[in-house]
Amino acid sequence: MATASNIRPGPTRAASLEQGAFVWSVALADAAKAAALAGILGFFFIGMKTDIAGDGLVLSYRWAALGHAVLIVFLGRLLLDALLGKAAPVTTQMLTAGIFIAGIAGIMTQDATGGSLPARALVGAVLGGLIVAVLYGVALWRRRPAPARAEATRQARFAIPIGIALVLLALTLPFLITTFLPGQQRQFIDLAILILTYVMLGWGLNIVVGLAGLLDLGYVAFYAVGAYSFALLSTCFPFIGFWSALPLAGMLAGMWGLVLGFPVLRLRGDYLAIVTLAFGEIIRVVLLNWVDFTNGPNGISGVPKPTFFGLEFSRGEGGFADFFGLEFSTIHRFIYLYYIILALAFLTNFVTLRLRKLPIGRAWEALREDEIACRALGINTTNTKLTAFGIGAMFGGLAGAFFATRQGFVSPESFTFMESAIILAIVVLGGLGSQMGVVIAATVMIGGIEMLRHISFVGQIFPGVDPVQYRMIIFGLAMVAIMIWKPRGFISRRNPSAVLKERKSIGADLVSQGEGH
Amino acid sequence: MSALLSVEGVAAGYGKITALHGVDLQIHAGEIVTLIGANGAGKSTLMMTICGSPQARSGRVVYDGRDITRQPTHLTMRQGIAQSPEGRRIFQRMTVLENLRLGASVVSPEYFDADLARMYDLFPRLKERESQRGGTLSGGEQQMLAIARALMGRPKLLLLDEPSLGLAPLIVRHIFEVIRELNQREGLTVFLVEQNAFHALKLAHRAYVMVNGRITMSGTGQDLLNNDDVRAAYLEGGRRETAGA
Repeated sequence: MATASNIRPGPTRAASLEQGAFVWSVALADAAKAAALAGILGFFFIGMKTDIAGDGLVLSYRWAALGHAVLIVFLGRLLLDALLGKAAPVTTQMLTAGIFIAGIAGIMTQDATGGSLPARALVGAVLGGLIVAVLYGVALWRRRPAPARAEATRQARFAIPIGIALVLLALTLPFLITTFLPGQQRQFIDLAILILTYVMLGWGLNIVVGLAGLLDLGYVAFYAVGAYSFALLSTCFPFIGFWSALPLAGMLAGMWGLVLGFPVLRLRGDYLAIVTLAFGEIIRVVLLNWVDFTNGPNGISGVPKPTFFGLEFSRGEGGFADFFGLEFSTIHRFIYLYYIILALAFLTNFVTLRLRKLPIGRAWEALREDEIACRALGINTTNTKLTAFGIGAMFGGLAGAFFATRQGFVSPESFTFMESAIILAIVVLGGLGSQMGVVIAATVMIGGIEMLRHISFVGQIFPGVDPVQYRMIIFGLAMVAIMIWKPRGFISRRNPSAVLKERKSIGADLVSQGEGH
Repeated sequence: MSALLSVEGVAAGYGKITALHGVDLQIHAGEIVTLIGANGAGKSTLMMTICGSPQARSGRVVYDGRDITRQPTHLTMRQGIAQSPEGRRIFQRMTVLENLRLGASVVSPEYFDADLARMYDLFPRLKERESQRGGTLSGGEQQMLAIARALMGRPKLLLLDEPSLGLAPLIVRHIFEVIRELNQREGLTVFLVEQNAFHALKLAHRAYVMVNGRITMSGTGQDLLNNDDVRAAYLEGGRRETAGA
């Protein structure tokens, strides 16, 4: 079987690294080669620069910058060889690391302009130290003993305590933020809400893509249906509040999931992906052009905020703060929104985990593995696919309704293909079918993009460089790196849904590694 | 005696290709019937046509007095037919236990524990491998799992498509022994499609030979074993000296 070979991990790279030892002359030659290449490649890109002057282009030369770049490559290559390449003695590793840090610090004093000379050297040293630390971490990780069983048990042993700790953290997060970061509380709670929205969307899509194995590139359509359902219901019928519209939005989105499910029942893989992609776009284009119904590109504003058992989060008489005798603060509403999305996300997770243990959930996973075998076992693949689409879409719709109430405004712009791509990337990077992986991936991706907005301090050191504009590149590189090191996502383990009671001690987690005996 | 399954003048194929040209075949309750033939003769197509995928273009498939020719596959599989498909088609990333549970999708959950114990009796190897993923099993173990998974559906008729494919002779013998045992002890009806003609014919009560989508010969397993044409076509090559054993 072709797939059998995919399951067993190949020999770890650490083993091949141990062959041979570090030789200075070889490493220096290697580094020189890399530096020469960098010099050739950078000759035009770094060494020369054209500026627009009064009467055309003026060529200026930046040989110092080119020299620095070559030097960084030379030292960096040496460091890489010492840390990640052949087995090098500790003294050599420390020596190369020292040279590298000193080199970076030296270049900083030359190149950078902001701050005093020692400050620049210090920043350079810290930067160099950081790079060395990261490389050292990678080296340690790659030289770890062969994973297999020991690691699996360790992971299993920590899985439950970590899970409990994360749940506690999620439950207390708003209060931690208001206590420790009072200055930026709104910003951070907003970010937490955003991350949780994507966690929920990721969990919803995980049912379709991760469990049932149906590649859906148009998941944002259901998110849009949910958001517009709530926006239209609440603005057309003022008596409908968030809590009564929420289930309706979920149902409507679920219904559209079934509507999409029917025509694509026969499709799989690439073909299914294309059709769902088209469906996502159709919904968006309809929302954009059906002006009478959706108000077109202007969107729908004035979507009501959620209430707490009828109490609005407003200043003065009858508001939430007034009722409970608190001092009014706008942050209350954000904390409330946070708990709503947390509850919705938990609901999604709970339902998914329960369904996985029921026949329908097992049928989803079997469908992902082998559709023909499913049919041969009497499983109705039509219903199985439709339920996966419907339930996944329903959770997307619930998240959409939440999105509408949080923003107070919906427009087709919020539901572009980019959203579908991000949600799918969360599911894939997290590890298909893994609930915990979705949490990690959503935090890293959504939180990471936001955090990269705050790296403008780099610009103070390198004038003329606006790092914020590079955040999508950094982000893309990070995704490529993850896919290289963890090709099956952050969490590639799969817990079996059926374990016999008396054999529980065997540990579901050994099993998922294919190592349980 | 009426047949448990009868295939009457069935023609079937994929797209423009017709793989079966009017096949007639009967399987009576309690029998082991084997269908032998070369690669591409249409054996697997016949088995899949019985299950309804692809559906027969003409002719009828009657099971237990009901016409199942145009019935969706999953309904047929709920009426007491189970299949161990060609290439085993184990759920690779799911454990042995989960595979068996999926096999029991069509029966009431109350039978599960007893049936599971029965499967572990038949194939003790599967008990050892219970929490291992299907894809990490050896070929023989996967075949045992495929048969056990089919049996978990409590079938009256078991369809086996090339259970000996790619397996060591010792394991083939073990699997055929289990089939014989199931047939004798529990009266399970078995329809076996095989290329390994020697073992299949020895095991079967009756046998059919298929060539290019047509049944060319039929008889008891022993008859066909002794038939010169069959020997020449399917049994030559190292088998002759053991044929008498």
